[in-house]
Amino acid sequence: MLTKLANPSTFLRWSGALLPWLAGLTVATLGIGLWMAWFVAPADYQQGETIRIMYIHVPAAWLALFLYAMMSASAIGTLVWRHPLADVSQKAAAPIGAAFTLVCLITGALWGKPMWGTYWVWDARLTSVLVLFLVYAGIIALWRTIEDPSRAARAVAILTLVGALNLPIVKFSVDWWNTLHQPASVFRMDGPTIYPTMLYPLLVMALGVTFLALTMHMYAMRTEVYRRRVRTLSILEAERLDERRLAA
Amino acid sequence: MTRKQRRLTLIGAAGATLAIALGLVLWAMSDTIVFFRAPSQVVSEGVAPGVRFRLGGLVEAGSVERHGDQVTTFAVGDGGGTVTVRYRGLLPDLFREGQGVVTEGRLDATGLFVADTVLARHDENYMPREVADALKENGLWQHDGPAVRPAAARDLPITTPTQ
Repeated sequence: MLTKLANPSTFLRWSGALLPWLAGLTVATLGIGLWMAWFVAPADYQQGETIRIMYIHVPAAWLALFLYAMMSASAIGTLVWRHPLADVSQKAAAPIGAAFTLVCLITGALWGKPMWGTYWVWDARLTSVLVLFLVYAGIIALWRTIEDPSRAARAVAILTLVGALNLPIVKFSVDWWNTLHQPASVFRMDGPTIYPTMLYPLLVMALGVTFLALTMHMYAMRTEVYRRRVRTLSILEAERLDERRLAA
Repeated sequence: MTRKQRRLTLIGAAGATLAIALGLVLWAMSDTIVFFRAPSQVVSEGVAPGVRFRLGGLVEAGSVERHGDQVTTFAVGDGGGTVTVRYRGLLPDLFREGQGVVTEGRLDATGLFVADTVLARHDENYMPREVADALKENGLWQHDGPAVRPAAARDLPITTPTQ
C-alpha cells in the first residue's frame, strides 16, 4: 500500500487531488490563528503587546525543527531503501526549512531588542539555531553541486543525518546550559506555563503554519518530480539525436 | 542480514558514534558554553579583578539606587550569594527589582562588578495582567524572575572568562 502510494506517478495523482484541500485548510487555520493572535489573545503581564511576536516566532521555530526531522527521515529512506521519492522529499524540504529558520531568527531578533535589550547574543540557543540555518544552507548548496540527482541525494542524506545531531542541542540548549533565551514554555515535563487564553491562539497558529509547510512541501515535491521527468526526457532526446547523427 | 538491514545498522552505528563524540565535546566545553555565571559561584569560587565575564541573576528587592548621570547600582543575587553591580547607561524596559538580568563587565579591586552591558532576562511564564494581579492579591504568586542554576548540570571551577 505504502509502496504503491510512493510510486512517483501515483504520487502525482493523489497529491494533485489533496493539494487544493490542504491549501484551503492552511488559509482557514492561518486566518483564524492570526485573528486570535492579533485580537483575541491578551497582552502579557510583563511583556505587553510585544508578546504577539511569539505567535510567529514559536511556530516558525517548531517548523524549522519539524522540517529537519522530516528531511532526516527522508534521508534514511534514501540511504536504506534508495527510493526516488525519498530523494525528492529531502530536496523539497530544505529551502522551506531554511526559510522557517530564517523567520525564527529574524522575529527572535526583533523580539530580543525590546525585551532583552539586544538583537543578538551568542548564547547556546541562539547559536545552535544559527548553526541549524547554516546546515540548511549547506544542504541546499550540496544539492546544487552534484549534477546526478540520485548521487546528490546520497551525499546530501549523509550531511543531513550528521546535521540532525544538532536538533536535540537546539531543543535542550536552554536546559543544559544557562542562556539568555527563556526555557521551554509549551513542550515541558510539567505542562505548559502559558495561560490558556494565550496558549490556544499559539496552538492554532502552529497548526496553520504546519499545514502551510506541508502544502509547500507537497507542491515542491511535485515540481521536483516534473523537473526530473523533463531532465530524463531531454537526456533521451539528446541520445536519440546523437544516434541519428551517427547513423547519417 | 539483507542489504537494507545492513545499511540501517551502519547508519545507526555511525550515528551513535557521532552522537557520543559530540556529547563528549559539549560536556568538555560546558563551562564556556554557559552564557553567564551565578553570583553564588562568583562569591564562593572567586574571579580575579579585571577578568571579563557575564554575571546573571535576579535584581534584589530594594537594592536599586540611581545616582544621576545614568549611573545605577543594584545587587544581583541567586539565593546563594550577592554581587553589587554598577552600571552607567540606559537600562532595558524590563529591568526592575526581582527581574532576571545578565550583566557583562569586570570586578574591580573592591569586589564591585562594573558592568558595561545590562540585558533583561524574562522567564517562561506568560499570562494576562489581570491573572498576574489576581495571583499576587491572593498570595499565590511564585514567578519572581527566572530561576538561576549554577553553570551547568554540574559545578565547574571558574578557570576561563566567558569571552
